[in-house]
Formats: sequence, structure tokens, C-alpha cells
Amino acid sequence: MSRVRTDYEKTLWRKIVRFVNGEKDLFDEQSGFNVETEELEDRRHRNFFEEAELNKKKVQIAELIEERSEETEQRAVKLYERFYRLFAVITCVAIIAILLVTVANLPDYGDPDNPANNEVSKKYIEDGIKDTGAVNIVAGMILDYRAFDTLGESHVLFIAAVCVMILLKIDPDSEKGKRFISLENDRAYEPKNDPILVWATGILVPIIIVFGIYVILNGHLSPGGGFSGGAIIGAGLILYLNAFGFKKTERFFTQKTFSVVSVSALLFYSISKTYAFFTGANGIHNIISKGTAGDIISAGLILPLNICVGAVVACTMYSFYGMFRKGGL
Amino acid sequence: MINAFTFVLLGFLIICAISTCFCKNFLTSVIIFMSYSIIMSILWMVLESPDLAITEAAVGAGVTSLLFFVTLKKIHSMNDKNNEDNKAPMDEKEKDRSADM
Repeated sequence: MSRVRTDYEKTLWRKIVRFVNGEKDLFDEQSGFNVETEELEDRRHRNFFEEAELNKKKVQIAELIEERSEETEQRAVKLYERFYRLFAVITCVAIIAILLVTVANLPDYGDPDNPANNEVSKKYIEDGIKDTGAVNIVAGMILDYRAFDTLGESHVLFIAAVCVMILLKIDPDSEKGKRFISLENDRAYEPKNDPILVWATGILVPIIIVFGIYVILNGHLSPGGGFSGGAIIGAGLILYLNAFGFKKTERFFTQKTFSVVSVSALLFYSISKTYAFFTGANGIHNIISKGTAGDIISAGLILPLNICVGAVVACTMYSFYGMFRKGGL
Repeated sequence: MINAFTFVLLGFLIICAISTCFCKNFLTSVIIFMSYSIIMSILWMVLESPDLAITEAAVGAGVTSLLFFVTLKKIHSMNDKNNEDNKAPMDEKEKDRSADM
């Protein structure tokens, strides 16, 4: 059984709460002037002269209180600053020490006896091509053995884009949106159709986007895959947007494109891979033939899944930029 | 595996990381952070993971820095002092320009 505290109002927590609410100064009670002023209040209904004197005294006391409270405030601020610096230094040194000790105790780089070199990685390296049909073992791992993890990652990206949209989207038709666009429009000062930027973009953007598509389509054959390729395509789209403005990109990429592409990609991914949820990590491997390892069209579901992840990532990157830039796509 | 080239890169990495923290100007800080990402992506190549290198170059050096730039622009922290007229209220001409963007 816990006791009910009667001095609840005097506890430190209450003081802090009242201080935060702005009702009372945290250090006010230390300057013991309150009692004196109360005493003076009692003597108020005496004669006039005394009252006048009293008023004078009161003013003096008020000034004194102010001075004193300023002093205490300054002292408190100084104390706080000293404590803050000390605490910051202690925290930094502690974190540095912990990290250095951890790094010093890590196993050597490339040591064959490392805990990472166990039967799991051996299985992936030995049976990877046979099981998944992908020459790139990493792609085989993340989109076949561990496809369910990658599904979660794509959803995290999609949720991040949706959250940014909730926070930053501005309705251009509403009264507030119109005012925001007319007042806060910092794009008005940018050079429009800057020749160097436009020419460089005209040469670079097709190469960037083709490279991104190459990275996605060859995800199961060479390093790369959905995420890297999607990020490259997204960066290319952002460059295009910077050079030519929103009017030109709206011809092929709007809010609707974003929702249709990312939602259908995620849906396809979910439908084609949720069976792993029921069958365990091993999955079912005989639905689509794996083809010859090394061909573009091989490795079963890995290629379409790579395309899905790439589409989601590219849309997300571009929509992040659009949201930050003008609060819409 | 670890040769002189890697040590030089690691040195650059540490210098970049420290100067990102201590740089007074936000814009310079973001650009140093960009070079940090580039060095990191070369280090991923050295560690024989080219897919991570591609991703680091595209996300770390490209998209993240762009988002930083946009944010700096939104909080009006990219204007230097010689460019005070940027803060002047918009006249009609510029309003028209902003409308057709």
C-alpha cells in the first residue's frame, strides 16, 4: 500500500509542471519576499500617511524582488549552462568509448572463423544459382529467400511517401493554398530555362534513366537491383524537373500516376510473394520456370519483382522532391 | 586488402565527417556531406559490394542532398548577405512568372 501524499503541491514535479504551465516561477519561492508583502497587505487599512509610506515601501520591495529574481534567474541560467556543457561532454565521451570498445572487440575483417561464415551463407553461396536461377546471389537472396523482408521494406518506403504527403501536401484550390502559393513561392526567383542546365539535362537525363532501367532489368545478373535502379531513375526525374519545371513533368507524372504505379506495383508484389508467408521461407519454386542462369528472362519472379521495387522507389523519390518543393506533384 | 588507397579514403571520410559538423554555413555543410557519400560509395566498391556503392551514390549523394537543398531554400538559409533583394516583396512581373511555373 502506498501512502497518499499530503504535500503534493510542494513536490518538485508539481513545481516543474506549474513552471511549464507558466503559473509560477521555478525559483520564486527562494526569494522570501512573499511573506513580507502579505504582512504589508494586512496593515493596509491604517491611516493615510502610513499607507503612502507603505506604497513607497511596496514599490521599493517590488524593485528589490525584481532585481533579486533577475539575479536568481541569471544564476540558474549559468548553472544550467554549466550542467549542460558538462553533461554533453560526458555523454559524448561515453558514446565514443562504447563505440571504440565495440569496434576493438569486433572479429577481424575477412577471418574465415567469423560468426558470419556459418552454414546459412554457405547454403546461399552453394545452392543460390540452383535454387533461384539468379547469377547475382544478393538479388537471389533479397528477392527469393528473403522476399518477404523486401516486401516490408517497399511498404516502409510507400508509407514514408504517404506520410510526407500528409504533412506537406497543399491543396491548390483552397483559400489557404492559394495564399501559400502566391506568398511562399520561392521558385519565382529561379532562373527559368537556364541554357546550361537545360542542355546538360537534355544530354544527361536519357542516359541516367536508361542506366537506371539497365540496373533494374539486370538486377539478377549484375550488381544492383530494384532499389538502386529506382533511386537512379528518381534522381534523373528530379533533374528533369529542375530543368524544365513542373508544367512539363505534369504531362507524364501526376498525383494519379504516383498512386496507380506504386499501389499496383505493391499489390503485384504482395500477391506474388505472400505465399511465402504460408509456406515458410523456402517458398514454392516450380510455378515459373527458372530458365537458363545468365539470361535476361530467367530466375523466375525476381525480374518482375525487381521492376516493381524499382517503380515504387522511383515514384517515392520523385514524390519526396515534389512535396518538398511545392507541396504537391 | 587494406592498402594505402583505402587509408587515404578513410582519412578523407573522417575529415569530411568532422567538417560537416563544424561548418558554419549550412550550404557548405551539405556539399561536404555529399562528398562524404561519394567517398563512402568508393569505399563500398573497395569492400566489393558494388550494389551498395550504386545505391549510396544515388541516394546519399543525389537525393538526400537535393532534399537538404530544398529544405535550406524553404527556410531561407541559402541567401547570402549580398543577395538581400531576394527577400523583397514580389512585384507583379514576378507574380506572373510564378504563376506560369
